[in-house]
Amino acid sequence: MAPDSTAATQTVVTTAQPPMIRAHALSKVFRSAGSKPVHALKELDFGIERGEFISVIGQSGCGKSTLLKILAGLVRHSSGSLAINGRPIDGPSPECAVVFQSPVLFPWRTVLQNVLLPIEFKRLSVGEYRDRALSILNMVGLQDFVGRYPYELSGGMQQRVAIARALIQDPSLMLMDEPFGALDAMTREQMNLELLRLWSHTKNTVVFITHSVSEAIFLSDRVIAMTARPGAIAEIVDIDLPRPRDLSVINTAEFGNYAKRLRKHLQATGAMF
Amino acid sequence: MANALEDGIANELSPDDSSRRSWFLRNPHLTLSPLVLIALVAVWWLATHVFGTPPYILPSPEDVLRSLTAGFSRQPFEVSSYWYHTGITVWEAVLGFVLGSAFGAVLGIALCHWTILGAVSYPYIVAFQSLPKVALAPLMVVWFGFGLDGKIFITAIITFFPVLANMMAGYQSVDPDRIDLARSCRANDWQLLTKVILPSSLPFLFAGLSTASVLAILGAIVGEFVGASAGLGMLLMQYNQSLETAPMFAVIIILGLIGCLMSYAVSVVERRYCFWAHRSAARNKG
Repeated sequence: MAPDSTAATQTVVTTAQPPMIRAHALSKVFRSAGSKPVHALKELDFGIERGEFISVIGQSGCGKSTLLKILAGLVRHSSGSLAINGRPIDGPSPECAVVFQSPVLFPWRTVLQNVLLPIEFKRLSVGEYRDRALSILNMVGLQDFVGRYPYELSGGMQQRVAIARALIQDPSLMLMDEPFGALDAMTREQMNLELLRLWSHTKNTVVFITHSVSEAIFLSDRVIAMTARPGAIAEIVDIDLPRPRDLSVINTAEFGNYAKRLRKHLQATGAMF
Repeated sequence: MANALEDGIANELSPDDSSRRSWFLRNPHLTLSPLVLIALVAVWWLATHVFGTPPYILPSPEDVLRSLTAGFSRQPFEVSSYWYHTGITVWEAVLGFVLGSAFGAVLGIALCHWTILGAVSYPYIVAFQSLPKVALAPLMVVWFGFGLDGKIFITAIITFFPVLANMMAGYQSVDPDRIDLARSCRANDWQLLTKVILPSSLPFLFAGLSTASVLAILGAIVGEFVGASAGLGMLLMQYNQSLETAPMFAVIIILGLIGCLMSYAVSVVERRYCFWAHRSAARNKG
């Protein structure tokens, strides 16, 4: 665990640098022949600082996953400007790592081989990263499952592998698209705690998409609440809760106030927890 | 066989009788399947010996066995030996299968990768696929003569289509998240193909290969029916003309065994390289 935390502290902020992400009037319109254009995102303005944990909440279909794919360089935005580290985005960036809603593990690869996959894609030496992969797997509590296949793991464990696979890229920006959405409530709380623990070591910037208000408040420094389609920013809320946080923070009055404030923007009953 | 059976029972031995019965039912491939075979042969024997079916309609089991042993006891390279003809037919089937399915897989990838190519050739592929390929067999004799080439060619054409169709289905059903993941790690096209698309399509590819492995024998036999100087299909036609039904049965049994072996070989390779597919499907999609 020690080598990772030292490696991570090197990436910490100096204030002179440009913000991690700057978006101005960012819009996305999906056009396909024979049907009306769909406005997924409308004129988003926001900045994200280095080392910040930001959540984006909104109803299903509000374009939050589209936003994440645009940040990841997987989808092009239609208008407006978007820069990561002061450079406009054109395609996937080497400093980004993505964790998807489903773990997206390759079933023909063992846990270790799955974690090393990005290293192969980036044409780096797998041998040199092996030890690092093992220490990351140790950090996410999977040291005993290194040689197992994904189908031998539970849903929560699979998602830990996905997180380990993101961490091995040593990303300065982690993009997480409802990573715990498919897990049961207990596992989800536990994964939230572990994510905060990991983040306290890596101190990278995290953009975390969720439709759970309490998950967003519990994890984040700031929460971006989005309106229903076309997705626009309804409000950006600073979460002023002390860190390190544990689950008891959920029962505090401040937490309740934040939840009430954010929930206003999500009328749908499905977005309760 | 009997020993293995007794050992199995001995290993499972426990105080009450029910576990013995359950072993019997838990391993139907070792217990019930051979019984079915014995029953079938018994009915066959009864039909020939008791009910007096004439031998040119249905030869007796002993006669068929005698043909088999006679055919296989000759020197492998003698023209009257079953080894020789079996070898020829297996060679045609296997080589045609390998060529046809390799070409089908490669073309399937190409048509999916270059979508314009796929769009242009799709109507022709559909048209050619709906053509009964065996109808081409007589043409093969004209083009290739009585040698092996024509049989290999017709086998390749017949095995080509199921592999092509399944390869394309496999390519198109790759989970888009896997592709996004690879692209987010800046994978290039070649890595995308070899590390994501091909392995993801393996279950489909193997479904195609197992269909093709059965069709391969069909292709070789049809090719030999139309005109050949050697092979099991040619033997079958010869025996047919002289109404020798016992050796015909022998050849049919050999063909059945070859078919079983070929699809077994494919399933062995599948279990080796695609072991994860069934187990992953059994759990939730991950």
